[in-house]
Amino acid sequence: MTTKRIVVGAHYGLRDWIAQRITAVVLAVYTVVLGISLLFMPEFSQQAWKGLFSGTFMRVLTLLAFLALCWHAWIGVRDIYMDYIKPTAIRLTLQVLTIVLLVGYVIWAINTLWSI
Amino acid sequence: MFLLGLPLALYLFQNSLGSQASFEGYKAFVASPFAKLVLLALIWAYLHHFCAGVRYLLLDLHVGTERDSARKSALASIAVSLALTAIFALKLFGAF
Repeated sequence: MTTKRIVVGAHYGLRDWIAQRITAVVLAVYTVVLGISLLFMPEFSQQAWKGLFSGTFMRVLTLLAFLALCWHAWIGVRDIYMDYIKPTAIRLTLQVLTIVLLVGYVIWAINTLWSI
Repeated sequence: MFLLGLPLALYLFQNSLGSQASFEGYKAFVASPFAKLVLLALIWAYLHHFCAGVRYLLLDLHVGTERDSARKSALASIAVSLALTAIFALKLFGAF
């Protein structure tokens, strides 16, 4: 039995669907934490702002949320490419560019968080 | 969003947490009304996605899948995201 495989397909599993939901929950929790911290910050001074991100717990939480954001964005953007970009070469190029961009953002975020 | 919104957010995040000079640069950038409007548009987009996303998670758990309640929750997610955006707008423009 042969199945026609698509190079840039969704890899035929539940994995991405589940990953999208799990990253969504991580992001929702982080959004609430950050949103409340922001709204109830007495005054936006650099000291208070740096203080929020200087603890290891908040740094790790922020990085986890950012990784979740990039993974979540990857799934969503790839879905758009699969729906609208039909030629394999263009779709693959866009997918690779997207991955490179998102991984670059992650490195940027790590660099920012750990140089406070 | 991921081409413009994310780099902008990372850029502002980096400047706001950098040296005193970079923090002043961040404040000067964010002080302009145009920048505030751009940020507010991004906040609105994010909060709308957040509310619609929570709605989908609930639908996945078979909460509110009937036509009538699904329609109501769709309207509610729009209303809640607009209300939350209004709160952030007040904060952003210094009302509290």
